[in-house]
Amino acid sequence: MPIALDFAAVLQEWPLLLKGMVWTLGLTTIAAVLGLTLGIAAAWTRTEGSGVGRLLVAMYVESIRNTPFIVQLFFIFFGLPALGVKLSPEWASVIAMVINLGAYSAEIVRAGIQATPRGQVEAALSLAMTRAHIFTRVVLPPALQRVWPALASQIIIVMLGSAVCGQIATEELSFAANLIQSRNFRAFEAFIVATALYLLLSITVRDVLNRVGRLFLFGGRRG
Amino acid sequence: MCLTAWVVSFCLEVAVVEFSLWDILRNLLLAARWTVVLSLIAFLGGSVVGLLLLVARTTHIKFLQRSVAGYVQIFQGTPLLMQLFLAYFGMAMLGVETSAWVAASVALTLYSSAFLTEIWHGCVRAIPRGQWEAAQSLAMNFREQLQHVVLPQAGRLAIAPTVGFLVQVIKGTALASVIGFIELTKAGTMITNATFKPFVVYSCVAMMYFLLCFPISLYARTLERKLHAYR
Repeated sequence: MPIALDFAAVLQEWPLLLKGMVWTLGLTTIAAVLGLTLGIAAAWTRTEGSGVGRLLVAMYVESIRNTPFIVQLFFIFFGLPALGVKLSPEWASVIAMVINLGAYSAEIVRAGIQATPRGQVEAALSLAMTRAHIFTRVVLPPALQRVWPALASQIIIVMLGSAVCGQIATEELSFAANLIQSRNFRAFEAFIVATALYLLLSITVRDVLNRVGRLFLFGGRRG
Repeated sequence: MCLTAWVVSFCLEVAVVEFSLWDILRNLLLAARWTVVLSLIAFLGGSVVGLLLLVARTTHIKFLQRSVAGYVQIFQGTPLLMQLFLAYFGMAMLGVETSAWVAASVALTLYSSAFLTEIWHGCVRAIPRGQWEAAQSLAMNFREQLQHVVLPQAGRLAIAPTVGFLVQVIKGTALASVIGFIELTKAGTMITNATFKPFVVYSCVAMMYFLLCFPISLYARTLERKLHAYR
Protein backbone atom coordinates (compact mmCIF):
# COMPACT_ATOMS: atom_id res chain seq x y z
CA MET A 1 0.00 0.00 0.00
CA PRO A 2 1.58 3.29 -1.04
CA ILE A 3 1.61 5.93 1.64
CA ALA A 4 0.53 9.32 0.42
CA LEU A 5 1.35 12.18 2.71
CA ASP A 6 -0.56 15.37 2.19
CA PHE A 7 1.09 18.20 4.09
CA ALA A 8 -0.50 20.88 1.95
CA ALA A 9 -3.90 20.06 3.42
CA VAL A 10 -2.48 20.72 6.87
CA LEU A 11 -0.37 23.74 6.01
CA GLN A 12 -3.26 25.61 4.42
CA GLU A 13 -4.76 25.75 7.89
CA TRP A 14 -1.78 27.84 8.99
CA PRO A 15 -3.87 30.53 10.76
CA LEU A 16 -5.03 27.87 13.24
CA LEU A 17 -1.48 26.68 13.79
CA LEU A 18 -0.23 30.23 14.25
CA LYS A 19 -2.96 30.96 16.76
CA GLY A 20 -2.06 27.75 18.59
CA MET A 21 1.60 28.74 18.75
CA VAL A 22 0.71 32.18 20.08
CA TRP A 23 -1.42 30.57 22.80
CA THR A 24 1.30 28.09 23.71
CA LEU A 25 3.88 30.88 23.94
CA GLY A 26 1.50 33.13 25.86
CA LEU A 27 0.64 30.45 28.40
CA THR A 28 4.32 29.60 28.78
CA THR A 29 5.34 33.23 29.29
CA ILE A 30 2.76 33.83 32.00
CA ALA A 31 3.57 30.50 33.64
CA ALA A 32 7.31 31.24 33.51
CA VAL A 33 7.00 34.64 35.21
CA LEU A 34 4.48 33.63 37.86
CA GLY A 35 5.91 30.13 38.31
CA LEU A 36 9.45 31.40 38.92
CA THR A 37 8.11 33.97 41.38
CA LEU A 38 6.21 31.25 43.21
CA GLY A 39 9.28 29.02 43.09
CA ILE A 40 11.54 31.71 44.56
CA ALA A 41 9.01 32.42 47.32
CA ALA A 42 8.78 28.70 48.08
CA ALA A 43 12.57 28.33 48.07
CA TRP A 44 12.85 31.27 50.45
CA THR A 45 10.29 29.75 52.79
CA ARG A 46 12.06 26.43 52.69
CA THR A 47 15.46 27.87 53.57
CA GLU A 48 14.51 30.79 55.83
CA GLY A 49 10.94 30.18 56.92
CA SER A 50 9.44 28.77 60.09
CA GLY A 51 8.99 25.05 60.74
CA VAL A 52 5.36 25.04 59.62
CA GLY A 53 6.21 27.01 56.49
CA ARG A 54 8.97 24.58 55.60
CA LEU A 55 6.68 21.61 56.09
CA LEU A 56 3.96 23.14 53.92
CA VAL A 57 6.40 23.95 51.13
CA ALA A 58 7.90 20.45 51.30
CA MET A 59 4.41 18.96 51.01
CA TYR A 60 3.58 21.23 48.07
CA VAL A 61 6.81 20.44 46.24
CA GLU A 62 6.62 16.69 46.77
CA SER A 63 2.95 16.35 45.89
CA ILE A 64 3.45 18.19 42.60
CA ARG A 65 6.70 16.47 41.68
CA ASN A 66 5.25 13.02 42.26
CA THR A 67 2.01 13.32 40.30
CA PRO A 68 1.51 13.75 36.53
CA PHE A 69 0.73 17.18 35.13
CA ILE A 70 -2.37 15.89 33.36
CA VAL A 71 -3.86 14.77 36.70
CA GLN A 72 -3.07 18.15 38.26
CA LEU A 73 -4.77 19.85 35.32
CA PHE A 74 -7.86 17.60 35.48
CA PHE A 75 -8.05 18.08 39.22
CA ILE A 76 -8.08 21.86 38.83
CA PHE A 77 -10.41 21.93 35.83
CA PHE A 78 -12.85 19.12 36.69
CA GLY A 79 -12.34 18.70 40.43
CA LEU A 80 -12.35 22.23 41.80
CA PRO A 81 -15.80 23.19 40.46
CA ALA A 82 -17.15 20.72 43.05
CA LEU A 83 -15.82 23.15 45.65
CA GLY A 84 -17.43 26.06 43.84
CA VAL A 85 -14.26 27.18 42.01
CA LYS A 86 -15.21 27.26 38.36
CA LEU A 87 -12.43 28.11 35.94
CA SER A 88 -12.26 28.59 32.19
CA PRO A 89 -9.97 26.14 30.37
CA GLU A 90 -7.41 28.90 29.85
CA TRP A 91 -7.31 29.88 33.53
CA ALA A 92 -7.16 26.27 34.63
CA SER A 93 -4.23 25.71 32.25
CA VAL A 94 -2.32 28.76 33.46
CA ILE A 95 -2.90 27.92 37.12
CA ALA A 96 -1.84 24.31 36.63
CA MET A 97 1.31 25.38 34.79
CA VAL A 98 2.20 27.98 37.43
CA ILE A 99 1.73 25.53 40.28
CA ASN A 100 3.71 22.88 38.45
CA LEU A 101 6.62 25.15 37.52
CA GLY A 102 6.57 26.66 41.01
CA ALA A 103 7.25 23.30 42.64
CA TYR A 104 10.08 22.31 40.31
CA SER A 105 11.73 25.72 40.31
CA ALA A 106 11.52 25.84 44.11
CA GLU A 107 13.81 22.81 44.25
CA ILE A 108 16.15 24.21 41.60
CA VAL A 109 16.41 27.65 43.24
CA ARG A 110 16.93 26.03 46.63
CA ALA A 111 19.90 24.10 45.25
CA GLY A 112 21.31 27.40 44.01
CA ILE A 113 20.76 29.08 47.39
CA GLN A 114 22.45 26.26 49.26
CA ALA A 115 25.55 26.68 47.12
CA THR A 116 25.97 30.27 48.32
CA PRO A 117 28.96 30.44 50.69
CA ARG A 118 27.99 31.07 54.30
CA GLY A 119 30.60 33.84 54.50
CA GLN A 120 28.65 35.99 52.06
CA VAL A 121 25.62 35.99 54.32
CA GLU A 122 27.79 36.70 57.37
CA ALA A 123 29.48 39.57 55.56
CA ALA A 124 26.06 41.02 54.70
CA LEU A 125 24.92 40.57 58.31
CA SER A 126 27.99 42.42 59.54
CA LEU A 127 26.94 45.29 57.29
CA ALA A 128 23.65 45.36 59.23
CA MET A 129 21.56 44.42 56.19
CA THR A 130 18.07 43.15 56.91
CA ARG A 131 17.16 39.53 56.17
CA ALA A 132 14.97 40.54 53.27
CA HIS A 133 17.76 42.65 51.85
CA ILE A 134 20.31 39.89 52.26
CA PHE A 135 18.06 37.48 50.40
CA THR A 136 17.21 39.75 47.48
CA ARG A 137 20.63 41.41 47.10
CA VAL A 138 23.20 38.87 48.28
CA VAL A 139 21.81 35.35 48.17
CA LEU A 140 19.32 35.32 45.30
CA PRO A 141 21.16 36.90 42.33
CA PRO A 142 24.17 34.54 42.32
CA ALA A 143 21.87 31.61 43.13
CA LEU A 144 19.73 32.36 40.07
CA GLN A 145 22.81 32.82 37.90
CA ARG A 146 24.08 29.43 38.99
CA VAL A 147 20.86 27.55 38.23
CA TRP A 148 19.58 29.54 35.26
CA PRO A 149 20.25 26.76 32.70
CA ALA A 150 18.25 24.31 34.84
CA LEU A 151 15.41 26.81 35.19
CA ALA A 152 15.39 27.37 31.42
CA SER A 153 15.11 23.60 30.87
CA GLN A 154 12.26 23.41 33.33
CA ILE A 155 10.38 26.23 31.61
CA ILE A 156 10.71 24.33 28.31
CA ILE A 157 9.49 21.12 29.97
CA VAL A 158 6.43 23.00 31.21
CA MET A 159 5.85 24.43 27.72
CA LEU A 160 5.97 20.94 26.19
CA GLY A 161 3.74 19.66 28.99
CA SER A 162 1.18 22.33 28.10
CA ALA A 163 0.29 20.22 25.04
CA VAL A 164 -2.03 18.40 27.44
CA CYS A 165 -4.03 21.60 28.00
CA GLY A 166 -5.64 21.01 24.60
CA GLN A 167 -7.47 18.11 26.26
CA ILE A 168 -9.58 20.57 28.25
CA ALA A 169 -10.11 22.72 25.13
CA THR A 170 -7.48 25.37 25.69
CA GLU A 171 -6.76 26.44 22.13
CA GLU A 172 -3.01 25.92 22.14
CA LEU A 173 -0.89 24.23 19.49
CA SER A 174 -1.86 20.60 20.09
CA PHE A 175 -5.53 21.64 20.15
CA ALA A 176 -5.02 23.26 16.75
CA ALA A 177 -3.48 20.03 15.42
CA ASN A 178 -6.44 18.05 16.75
CA LEU A 179 -8.88 20.48 15.20
CA ILE A 180 -7.13 20.29 11.82
CA GLN A 181 -7.07 16.50 11.79
CA SER A 182 -10.76 16.39 12.67
CA ARG A 183 -11.45 18.60 9.64
CA ASN A 184 -9.34 16.89 6.99
CA PHE A 185 -8.59 13.48 8.55
CA ARG A 186 -4.85 14.01 7.94
CA ALA A 187 -3.98 13.03 11.50
CA PHE A 188 -0.38 11.95 10.99
CA GLU A 189 0.53 15.00 8.92
CA ALA A 190 -1.18 17.36 11.35
CA PHE A 191 0.74 15.95 14.30
CA ILE A 192 4.03 15.89 12.37
CA VAL A 193 3.63 19.58 11.62
CA ALA A 194 2.63 20.37 15.20
CA THR A 195 5.58 18.36 16.53
CA ALA A 196 7.98 20.22 14.24
CA LEU A 197 6.52 23.52 15.45
CA TYR A 198 6.99 22.44 19.07
CA LEU A 199 10.62 21.59 18.29
CA LEU A 200 11.04 25.02 16.72
CA LEU A 201 9.42 26.64 19.76
CA SER A 202 11.61 24.80 22.23
CA ILE A 203 14.81 25.70 20.35
CA THR A 204 13.70 29.34 20.09
CA VAL A 205 12.61 29.59 23.71
CA ARG A 206 15.91 28.03 24.84
CA ASP A 207 17.77 30.67 22.84
CA VAL A 208 15.66 33.52 24.21
CA LEU A 209 16.09 32.28 27.77
CA ASN A 210 19.86 32.04 27.30
CA ARG A 211 19.86 35.65 26.14
CA VAL A 212 17.66 36.72 29.06
CA GLY A 213 20.08 34.90 31.36
CA ARG A 214 23.08 36.66 29.87
CA LEU A 215 21.37 40.02 30.19
CA PHE A 216 20.58 39.15 33.76
CA LEU A 217 24.14 37.95 34.43
CA PHE A 218 25.94 40.97 33.06
CA GLY A 219 23.36 43.72 33.28
CA GLY A 220 22.45 45.55 36.53
CA ARG A 221 20.82 43.84 39.47
CA ARG A 222 24.17 43.17 41.05
CA GLY A 223 25.02 46.69 42.21
CA MET B 1 -9.07 -1.05 22.77
CA CYS B 2 -11.41 1.80 21.86
CA LEU B 3 -14.29 -0.61 21.82
CA THR B 4 -13.30 -2.00 25.21
CA ALA B 5 -13.08 1.52 26.56
CA TRP B 6 -16.51 2.25 25.26
CA VAL B 7 -18.01 -0.95 26.62
CA VAL B 8 -16.45 -0.45 30.03
CA SER B 9 -17.56 3.16 30.27
CA PHE B 10 -21.02 2.19 29.07
CA CYS B 11 -21.27 -0.53 31.70
CA LEU B 12 -20.05 1.88 34.37
CA GLU B 13 -22.67 4.40 33.38
CA VAL B 14 -25.55 1.96 33.20
CA ALA B 15 -24.77 -0.40 36.02
CA VAL B 16 -23.99 1.52 39.17
CA VAL B 17 -24.54 5.17 39.72
CA GLU B 18 -23.90 4.96 43.43
CA PHE B 19 -20.17 4.41 43.80
CA SER B 20 -18.85 4.20 47.32
CA LEU B 21 -15.36 5.47 48.03
CA TRP B 22 -14.26 1.86 48.24
CA ASP B 23 -15.67 1.14 44.77
CA ILE B 24 -13.74 4.07 43.38
CA LEU B 25 -10.51 3.01 45.07
CA ARG B 26 -10.90 -0.60 44.04
CA ASN B 27 -11.47 0.26 40.39
CA LEU B 28 -8.58 2.70 40.39
CA LEU B 29 -6.30 0.12 41.97
CA LEU B 30 -7.20 -2.36 39.26
CA ALA B 31 -6.35 0.21 36.61
CA ALA B 32 -3.12 1.16 38.39
CA ARG B 33 -1.79 -2.28 37.45
CA TRP B 34 -1.66 -1.16 33.83
CA THR B 35 0.15 2.02 34.79
CA VAL B 36 2.79 -0.17 36.45
CA VAL B 37 3.01 -2.60 33.55
CA LEU B 38 3.28 0.15 30.94
CA SER B 39 5.92 1.93 33.06
CA LEU B 40 7.98 -1.25 33.26
CA ILE B 41 7.72 -1.90 29.52
CA ALA B 42 8.78 1.66 28.76
CA PHE B 43 11.56 1.67 31.32
CA LEU B 44 13.04 -1.70 30.37
CA GLY B 45 12.58 -1.17 26.62
CA GLY B 46 14.00 2.31 26.97
CA SER B 47 17.02 0.95 28.83
CA VAL B 48 17.84 -1.53 26.06
CA VAL B 49 17.43 1.01 23.25
CA GLY B 50 19.14 3.68 25.34
CA LEU B 51 22.16 1.46 25.95
CA LEU B 52 22.54 0.77 22.23
CA LEU B 53 22.30 4.50 21.53
CA LEU B 54 24.88 5.15 24.25
CA VAL B 55 27.34 2.78 22.61
CA ALA B 56 26.69 4.44 19.24
CA ARG B 57 27.32 7.82 20.81
CA THR B 58 30.56 6.88 22.55
CA THR B 59 32.15 5.50 19.37
CA HIS B 60 34.38 7.90 17.52
CA ILE B 61 32.20 7.87 14.43
CA LYS B 62 30.98 11.43 13.89
CA PHE B 63 27.88 10.41 11.95
CA LEU B 64 26.64 8.12 14.74
CA GLN B 65 27.35 10.71 17.42
CA ARG B 66 25.40 13.36 15.56
CA SER B 67 22.49 11.06 14.78
CA VAL B 68 22.07 10.12 18.44
CA ALA B 69 22.38 13.76 19.49
CA GLY B 70 19.66 14.63 16.98
CA TYR B 71 17.45 11.79 18.21
CA VAL B 72 17.79 13.05 21.79
CA GLN B 73 17.09 16.64 20.74
CA ILE B 74 13.90 15.58 18.94
CA PHE B 75 12.51 13.55 21.83
CA GLN B 76 13.47 16.08 24.47
CA GLY B 77 12.31 19.04 22.41
CA THR B 78 8.80 17.85 21.58
CA PRO B 79 5.83 16.98 23.80
CA LEU B 80 5.41 13.34 24.79
CA LEU B 81 1.73 13.74 23.90
CA MET B 82 2.67 14.49 20.26
CA GLN B 83 5.00 11.48 20.23
CA LEU B 84 2.12 9.31 21.41
CA PHE B 85 -0.21 10.66 18.73
CA LEU B 86 2.44 10.16 16.06
CA ALA B 87 3.04 6.57 17.13
CA TYR B 88 -0.70 5.91 17.21
CA PHE B 89 -1.58 7.44 13.86
CA GLY B 90 1.76 6.74 12.18
CA MET B 91 1.56 3.01 12.78
CA ALA B 92 -2.03 2.92 11.60
CA MET B 93 -0.95 4.70 8.43
CA LEU B 94 1.84 2.21 7.81
CA GLY B 95 -0.84 -0.45 7.83
CA VAL B 96 0.27 -1.99 11.11
CA GLU B 97 -2.62 -3.33 13.13
CA THR B 98 -2.20 -1.01 16.07
CA SER B 99 -3.72 -0.68 19.48
CA ALA B 100 -3.31 1.82 22.28
CA TRP B 101 -1.12 -0.78 24.00
CA VAL B 102 1.36 -1.03 21.13
CA ALA B 103 1.40 2.68 20.33
CA ALA B 104 1.87 3.66 23.97
CA SER B 105 4.61 1.07 24.50
CA VAL B 106 6.51 2.13 21.40
CA ALA B 107 6.24 5.86 22.05
CA LEU B 108 7.14 5.60 25.73
CA THR B 109 10.03 3.24 25.00
CA LEU B 110 11.54 5.64 22.46
CA TYR B 111 10.93 8.60 24.77
CA SER B 112 12.62 6.81 27.69
CA SER B 113 15.53 5.69 25.52
CA ALA B 114 16.29 9.29 24.53
CA PHE B 115 16.32 10.51 28.13
CA LEU B 116 18.23 7.52 29.47
CA THR B 117 20.89 7.71 26.80
CA GLU B 118 21.34 11.40 27.60
CA ILE B 119 21.64 10.72 31.33
CA TRP B 120 24.10 7.89 30.77
CA HIS B 121 26.09 9.87 28.24
CA GLY B 122 26.65 12.47 30.95
CA CYS B 123 27.87 9.73 33.30
CA VAL B 124 30.28 8.33 30.69
CA ARG B 125 31.62 11.80 30.03
CA ALA B 126 32.22 12.23 33.76
CA ILE B 127 34.80 9.41 33.61
CA PRO B 128 38.23 11.03 33.35
CA ARG B 129 39.95 10.85 29.98
CA GLY B 130 42.87 9.09 31.65
CA GLN B 131 40.77 6.02 32.32
CA TRP B 132 40.13 5.57 28.59
CA GLU B 133 43.80 6.15 27.84
CA ALA B 134 44.95 3.71 30.51
CA ALA B 135 42.60 1.08 29.08
CA GLN B 136 43.89 1.80 25.60
CA SER B 137 47.48 1.46 26.76
CA LEU B 138 46.58 -2.02 27.99
CA ALA B 139 45.74 -2.81 24.37
CA MET B 140 42.03 -3.11 25.07
CA ASN B 141 39.77 -2.59 22.09
CA PHE B 142 36.74 -0.24 22.20
CA ARG B 143 34.38 -2.91 23.46
CA GLU B 144 36.76 -3.99 26.21
CA GLN B 145 37.41 -0.38 27.23
CA LEU B 146 33.68 0.18 27.64
CA GLN B 147 32.94 -3.15 29.25
CA HIS B 148 35.76 -3.40 31.76
CA VAL B 149 36.77 0.17 32.50
CA VAL B 150 34.27 2.85 31.60
CA LEU B 151 30.78 1.37 32.01
CA PRO B 152 31.33 -0.10 35.50
CA GLN B 153 32.42 3.30 36.78
CA ALA B 154 29.79 5.24 34.83
CA GLY B 155 27.16 2.76 36.00
CA ARG B 156 27.77 3.66 39.61
CA LEU B 157 27.22 7.34 38.80
CA ALA B 158 24.15 6.51 36.73
CA ILE B 159 22.08 4.60 39.27
CA ALA B 160 20.59 7.55 41.17
CA PRO B 161 19.49 9.65 38.14
CA THR B 162 18.20 6.50 36.41
CA VAL B 163 15.99 5.62 39.37
CA GLY B 164 14.88 9.25 39.43
CA PHE B 165 13.92 9.01 35.76
CA LEU B 166 11.65 6.06 36.55
CA VAL B 167 9.37 8.56 38.31
CA GLN B 168 9.22 10.59 35.11
CA VAL B 169 8.28 7.46 33.14
CA ILE B 170 5.45 6.60 35.55
CA LYS B 171 4.10 10.13 35.25
CA GLY B 172 4.55 9.95 31.47
CA THR B 173 2.29 6.91 31.21
CA ALA B 174 -0.59 9.14 32.33
CA LEU B 175 -0.54 10.67 28.85
CA ALA B 176 -1.30 7.29 27.30
CA SER B 177 -4.83 7.86 28.62
CA VAL B 178 -5.29 10.42 25.85
CA ILE B 179 -4.92 7.80 23.11
CA GLY B 180 -7.37 5.51 24.92
CA PHE B 181 -5.05 3.35 26.97
CA ILE B 182 -6.97 2.42 30.12
CA GLU B 183 -4.59 3.09 32.99
CA LEU B 184 -4.98 5.06 36.19
CA THR B 185 -5.78 8.46 34.66
CA LYS B 186 -8.17 7.07 32.04
CA ALA B 187 -9.93 5.00 34.69
CA GLY B 188 -10.25 8.17 36.75
CA THR B 189 -11.92 9.95 33.86
CA MET B 190 -14.27 7.01 33.23
CA ILE B 191 -15.26 6.72 36.88
CA THR B 192 -15.79 10.47 37.01
CA ASN B 193 -18.17 10.20 34.06
CA ALA B 194 -20.12 7.53 35.92
CA THR B 195 -20.16 9.05 39.39
CA PHE B 196 -19.97 12.81 38.83
CA LYS B 197 -17.50 13.05 41.69
CA PRO B 198 -14.47 14.53 39.96
CA PHE B 199 -13.02 16.02 43.12
CA VAL B 200 -12.94 12.72 45.00
CA VAL B 201 -11.89 10.64 42.02
CA TYR B 202 -9.03 12.86 40.85
CA SER B 203 -7.84 13.21 44.45
CA CYS B 204 -7.66 9.42 44.66
CA VAL B 205 -5.90 9.22 41.28
CA ALA B 206 -3.33 11.81 42.36
CA MET B 207 -2.83 10.00 45.66
CA MET B 208 -2.14 6.71 43.89
CA TYR B 209 0.44 8.29 41.61
CA PHE B 210 1.98 9.82 44.69
CA LEU B 211 2.12 6.46 46.47
CA LEU B 212 3.80 4.96 43.40
CA CYS B 213 6.27 7.76 42.78
CA PHE B 214 7.21 9.18 46.16
CA PRO B 215 9.01 6.08 47.51
CA ILE B 216 11.01 5.92 44.27
CA SER B 217 11.88 9.62 44.56
CA LEU B 218 13.03 9.09 48.13
CA TYR B 219 15.08 6.06 47.13
CA ALA B 220 16.73 8.01 44.30
CA ARG B 221 17.62 10.76 46.77
CA THR B 222 19.10 8.26 49.22
CA LEU B 223 21.20 6.73 46.46
CA GLU B 224 22.43 10.15 45.47
CA ARG B 225 23.42 11.01 49.02
CA LYS B 226 25.28 7.71 49.41
CA LEU B 227 27.18 8.27 46.19
CA HIS B 228 28.29 11.72 47.33
CA ALA B 229 29.28 10.36 50.71
CA TYR B 230 31.65 7.83 49.18
CA ARG B 231 33.32 10.22 46.81
